Amino acid sequence: MAALDTTADVREGVDRETVETVRSMSGTYKHGWETDIEMEFAPKGLNEDIIRLISDKNGEPEWMLEWRLDAYRRWLTMEEPDWALLEIPPIPYQEQYYYAKPASMTEKPKSLDDVDPKLLETYEKLGIPLKEQMLLAGVEGAEVSNDRKVAVDAVFDSVSLGTTFKDELAKAGVIFCSISEAVQKYPELVKKYLGSVVPQNDNFFAALNSAVFSDGSFVYVPAGVRCPMELSTYFRINAENTGQFERTLIIAEKGAHVSYLEGCTAPKRDTHQLHAAVVEIVVLEDAEVKYSTVQNWYPGDEDGVGGIYNFVTKRADCREARAKVMWTQVETGSAITWKYPSCILRGDDTQGEFYSIAITNNHQQADTGTKMIHLGKNSKSRIVSKGISAGFAQNTYRGLVTMHPKATNSRNYTQCDSLLIGDRCGAHTVPYIEVKNASSRVEHEATTSKVDDDQLFYCRSRGMDEEEAVALVVNGFCREVLQELPMEFAMEAQALVAISLEGSVG
Amino acid sequence: MVFPRAKLLQQKREAAAALIDARALPEGGAWITAARMEARDRIAALGLPTKRDEYWKFTDPGSLTAAEAAPAPVFEIGDESAVFDGIDRVRLVFVDGVFDADASDAPELAGVEISLLEDAAGVDLHWARDLYGALEAEGQHPVARPLAAVNTAYATQGLLIRATGKAQKPVSLIYRRSAEDADVMLHHVIRVDSGAELTVLENGPAAARLNQVMEVDVADGGTLHHVRAQGRDHERRAAAHLFARLGAESVFKTFTLTANGAMVRNDCVVWLNGKGGVAHIAGVTVGEGAFHHDDTVFITHAAPGCESRQVFKKVLREGAVGVFQGKILVRQPAQLTDGYQISQALLMDEQAQFLAKPELEIYADDVKCSHGSTSGEIDPTSLFYLRSRGVPEDEAKMLLVLAFLAEALEEIEDPALAEDLRSRIEGWLKRHQR
Repeated sequence: MAALDTTADVREGVDRETVETVRSMSGTYKHGWETDIEMEFAPKGLNEDIIRLISDKNGEPEWMLEWRLDAYRRWLTMEEPDWALLEIPPIPYQEQYYYAKPASMTEKPKSLDDVDPKLLETYEKLGIPLKEQMLLAGVEGAEVSNDRKVAVDAVFDSVSLGTTFKDELAKAGVIFCSISEAVQKYPELVKKYLGSVVPQNDNFFAALNSAVFSDGSFVYVPAGVRCPMELSTYFRINAENTGQFERTLIIAEKGAHVSYLEGCTAPKRDTHQLHAAVVEIVVLEDAEVKYSTVQNWYPGDEDGVGGIYNFVTKRADCREARAKVMWTQVETGSAITWKYPSCILRGDDTQGEFYSIAITNNHQQADTGTKMIHLGKNSKSRIVSKGISAGFAQNTYRGLVTMHPKATNSRNYTQCDSLLIGDRCGAHTVPYIEVKNASSRVEHEATTSKVDDDQLFYCRSRGMDEEEAVALVVNGFCREVLQELPMEFAMEAQALVAISLEGSVG
Repeated sequence: MVFPRAKLLQQKREAAAALIDARALPEGGAWITAARMEARDRIAALGLPTKRDEYWKFTDPGSLTAAEAAPAPVFEIGDESAVFDGIDRVRLVFVDGVFDADASDAPELAGVEISLLEDAAGVDLHWARDLYGALEAEGQHPVARPLAAVNTAYATQGLLIRATGKAQKPVSLIYRRSAEDADVMLHHVIRVDSGAELTVLENGPAAARLNQVMEVDVADGGTLHHVRAQGRDHERRAAAHLFARLGAESVFKTFTLTANGAMVRNDCVVWLNGKGGVAHIAGVTVGEGAFHHDDTVFITHAAPGCESRQVFKKVLREGAVGVFQGKILVRQPAQLTDGYQISQALLMDEQAQFLAKPELEIYADDVKCSHGSTSGEIDPTSLFYLRSRGVPEDEAKMLLVLAFLAEALEEIEDPALAEDLRSRIEGWLKRHQR
């Protein structure tokens, strides 16, 4: 976001600006620098003592530690999933640090004002406003108005630095804090919901996360409350050989409404780093949650050296009638992405939506998609997935739509389109469709093609160079998804789409 | 500790070892014995399939791998005529999996050489020796199909058919059955020489449990049409593998009609290895009650400018389960590929199920590939339209179902064959109308 040099009025002429942004940006990964700061690490490796240490550092109650240890013991009996179309080199789990925090955070700062300025600078450099009077960089210079406010939880390696707009949110009854704080302050809520959507033994990476998660965000929106501003978490991996394992828990009570944004970056390094997150969302009657992600972890260099392994479990449970959840993701970073944000449509008349853009370039690999599990009557889901593959990259859409016998009169529409740029990359589609009642309708469509020559020719004949033309065509290809993003994110995403494809033509 | 995946493989191999211990390899000449031994090694390494295999996600292979076949009553068609009866053809009859020369026509047709597997197995320099088991072995990657290897190792019956010119009429394989517990393996090899043309028909249930492999090699410019109707025995089980390797500018079209049956799994594996090849794989399935039908297709585009089409339609009622797993793999050299795949199910009541996994795996950029999959009930608006025009409900439903199936039937090149199967589907629908 920092790199966007735009005027306040971003709603108009976005397409033109995208092209300008591409031109103004050189270098492929903008967030590859690192913050030089004294860190405190737990010893390398993973065992029960490390988990005890993490739990102790977070000042957790006994039940939380037991929950972690239980997850760890289950993890020991599990295997890394091998079914994705990914080539994952062996991951040395015992060579990682599972806990790293800036030394200055040993004494928990009372407010953001007490946080080490170096850390704050990091976020400033990334364009993340941690001072409440600041706004997102994309609209810098704009008037401060209420509808532009975004509350931010900033997570640096294993710890949350602080959360903005806490007081204002508290007035509305919304709890927005780090999960470690929630464990201490709202243990009943955490106990009730943690692991209720993604159980500890759900999969290998979720089990690992359950054992060692250090921080992440906690959101609770009480009944009938419309969250007065967008909530956002910004994850930054900084320390070397450190895994990041954040855990996010969002609870929307009856009739609540919240929009949540997530962003992530990491420094350029030659070694791979592991990121295994879990996001759980509980949506109760008539509530609505919108979850948007712009994932821009370091993807590795042109030769595939370095980059983040992004193995994430995200799931929303629409537990009661008319609950609604919407996932929007723009996946441009990471060396390997393994991620399937899912919806369990348990209540009657529930709704799940998934909009995704996944871009892979150079040697990146992505296996991503969604699951729509229809259990309630008249439930509806919609999937729009756009995969773009360039260079030597492999990009897979993998999805599941299942209509259980009781989910009568339900409806799913799935569209996955893949675009190939260059003849050394791959684009794949692996949908699973399970229909167990007749009154439900399921439709799935997928296409794979290359960038249309006619469209390129048209752009070229209007004086664009080839890279600009491709960026424009690709942005058009992604439009359906981009327009679902909150505005500030849409800006960043559009720019990212163009940057991620740099060097892929010619 | 032993992790789950290693444990599963160990169990599968133990099951394979038990099968190998229980069966002796059939007698035969040097080449076929070598092919059978290699197949036996494949079984040992791959293990037998289980429902925990991804490839058997929607279908439990247990009844196909069990030591004993469950008996199935022989279905009597009464005074109906058998499928393809009106078609002029060379009839070759198998009864309970054994060739019956008396019931068959003379295996003679201009431009076609036909021999029995059991006869050829003793001949040293038979054309089929480079194909027997070779395509099946090739078809074990990237996905293992151990049942086909079992067939290569232990089948003793089957036909070796070679088209050297343009055949004037179809070669028709008829599978009758008399014994309730017939447990049969058939292994056919078909070779279509450059520029030759052949139509092969298959019909009949063959057995209570059938394991069939058909290996097809179509040389440059050759054409093979294959139409089969799998018989109507309600409790029979079948696993049929079709492996087809296509040369440049060749054409291969296969169509399968399946009605009834406790369990049918049809695997079709096609390689488009030469420029400009064409492969069409289509099927119609009608089933009710304890009916489980699985169409699994794997098409590999390895050469540029090829076309593949998959068209599968299923009409399911009263708990019938239809499965479609279709994959198009486009390798890097296969630029200008045209790949199309459609799988659709019409669910006639709340108990029917449709399970699908239509897959694309594409490594070439200048391609046009698409797939679609839909599932739902008869469109109430269309039904209402027909009713409002005075068409009785049963008739209106019939019209709509036949219209739904039409796209698949159109894949049959010969109109007489298409009409024959269409009328049989109509008969089935009438008998099963509620």
